Amino acid sequence: MDDNLRREIILDNYQEPFHKGLIDDNSYCKVNTNSESCIDNLDFIMKISNGIIEDIRFDGEACAISTSASSILIRKLIGMRIDDAKDLLKNYKNMINEKDYDEDVLGELNVYNEISKQPNRKNCALLPNVAIEKLLGEMENGK
Amino acid sequence: MNREDFPMLSNDIIYFDNGATTLKPKCVVDKMNQYYFNHTSNIHRGDYDAAIQTNILYDNVRNIIADFVHADADCCIYTSGATMSLNMVVFGYMKKHLKAGDVVLLNKAEHASNILPWIRLQEEIGIDIQYVPLNDDYSLTLDNIKKCVTDRTKVISLAHVTNVIGDVRDVQSIGKFCHENHILFNVDGAQSVPHMMVDFKESYMDFLSFSGHKMCGPTGIGVLIGRKELLEEMDPLFYGGGMNSFFEEDSSYELKDIPVRFEAGTPPIAEVIGLGEAIRYLTNIGMENIHQHEIELKKYLLKRLDEIPNIIIYNKDSKSGILAFNLDNVFAQDSSVYLNHYHIAVRAGNHCAKMLKDEIHIKNTVRVSMYFYNDFSDIDRLIDALRNSEDVFKIVL
Ligand SMILES: Cc1ncc(COP(=O)(O)O)c(C=O)c1O
Repeated sequence: MDDNLRREIILDNYQEPFHKGLIDDNSYCKVNTNSESCIDNLDFIMKISNGIIEDIRFDGEACAISTSASSILIRKLIGMRIDDAKDLLKNYKNMINEKDYDEDVLGELNVYNEISKQPNRKNCALLPNVAIEKLLGEMENGK
Repeated sequence: MNREDFPMLSNDIIYFDNGATTLKPKCVVDKMNQYYFNHTSNIHRGDYDAAIQTNILYDNVRNIIADFVHADADCCIYTSGATMSLNMVVFGYMKKHLKAGDVVLLNKAEHASNILPWIRLQEEIGIDIQYVPLNDDYSLTLDNIKKCVTDRTKVISLAHVTNVIGDVRDVQSIGKFCHENHILFNVDGAQSVPHMMVDFKESYMDFLSFSGHKMCGPTGIGVLIGRKELLEEMDPLFYGGGMNSFFEEDSSYELKDIPVRFEAGTPPIAEVIGLGEAIRYLTNIGMENIHQHEIELKKYLLKRLDEIPNIIIYNKDSKSGILAFNLDNVFAQDSSVYLNHYHIAVRAGNHCAKMLKDEIHIKNTVRVSMYFYNDFSDIDRLIDALRNSEDVFKIVL
């Protein structure tokens, strides 16, 4: 991918993130990610109905990578069936961790395909992934 | 000063993360290597030459430490670092001597290691933790402390120099006040002992903790110093070899005297020897010279930062080599990743002072923390990098 385009997509999503700002609604499930290795501190909320992700929102203080990744990932996940969402998350995680993945399902998330060159930023890119996996897990256990 | 003593500085890096840990001069690593290559042996009880040599070096470090901070050698305990030292004070001494309702005065600029043990003790025995308000410049004054003191106040525990704001607390006046009012004075010297003269006795300290790795020494070694009467009443947190006189089938036992009573098991021998060498090295440079140099560096840094328009500085006034800042609209970690591109090592985060956010209203900052081997040209490089900082995202993304 062209570096300028990559930068533009990340920066757009950092400066004007999609669905940033929480709402007070108890039909949502909530998690906080306060990972040890990085200093980002984001809250995520998610609402699922009939096996489909109806909404995800996030808020908090975080770096350009984790904020933009949250924004892009959330935009992609809304409207997805849970199984497809899990598949997307798995592919995204594999890409960040330099394992085999399906480029085609990731779309804009491919902007992070070289993040593994900066090992200290892998956790930033994975932050929304961890949060949403946790939310999905909690919702399944709650069922 | 003394840049040539530090092999890492020949790698074209600007090292501004001395608050986290300092670089090591060659003499310290050489001294430890000598132990490993020429006289490896355990301490105490060895009758062969290598063991005798090790013993002499190891034991003498207590004298070196005692001279360095004006304490008694038999009151200097080897620990794994400031964190362990502070935990020993809280769980070895305070737990035994405080009771529910006793007030411990802290403040929100403290490092986790001087807050969390107290919070845990509060859970365990119900002490009452209170936070002394900071001034507008986030400094802590004796006046503010006095306003919080009542007859329930039993302990004042604070960092001599804080690790984000870098303000130097007037430990001498605070210590004298504590002494006169029968309040225990517990000092976290992790950020002061490496950078200035610290006088345990003159400042009426009851306990003083610090780490070797922040003062040119190795990791894994620190010191706890206590007043003798207090150490006699302190419980060891660890039991085992080296710290007992005897133990019997009927469960009777006797512990050795201080300080070895607190040093169960094989200690970090190479690290103790390395710390001794680090103190010798610092003493040769002179603590007053180090402190003055850092103050000059900070003055110069502040002057040059006037040229950077989009910067917020949180601690202009503090008299140490620490500067905490943020670039406008740039997350601290993005700034530090950016500076790394220019081989400038700084730290971004809350620096383990997680309550400070209540005071400065921002969770994360970029911290530049300097030491005697930094010079004006390091600062010039930082300024050059910051001057180009419209490019932050071009570089970090
Ligand atoms: C003020 C202060 N106290 C205590 C510590 C803990 O030191 P260590 O991690 O070496 O135990 C630090 C280290 O960052 C510190 O800055």
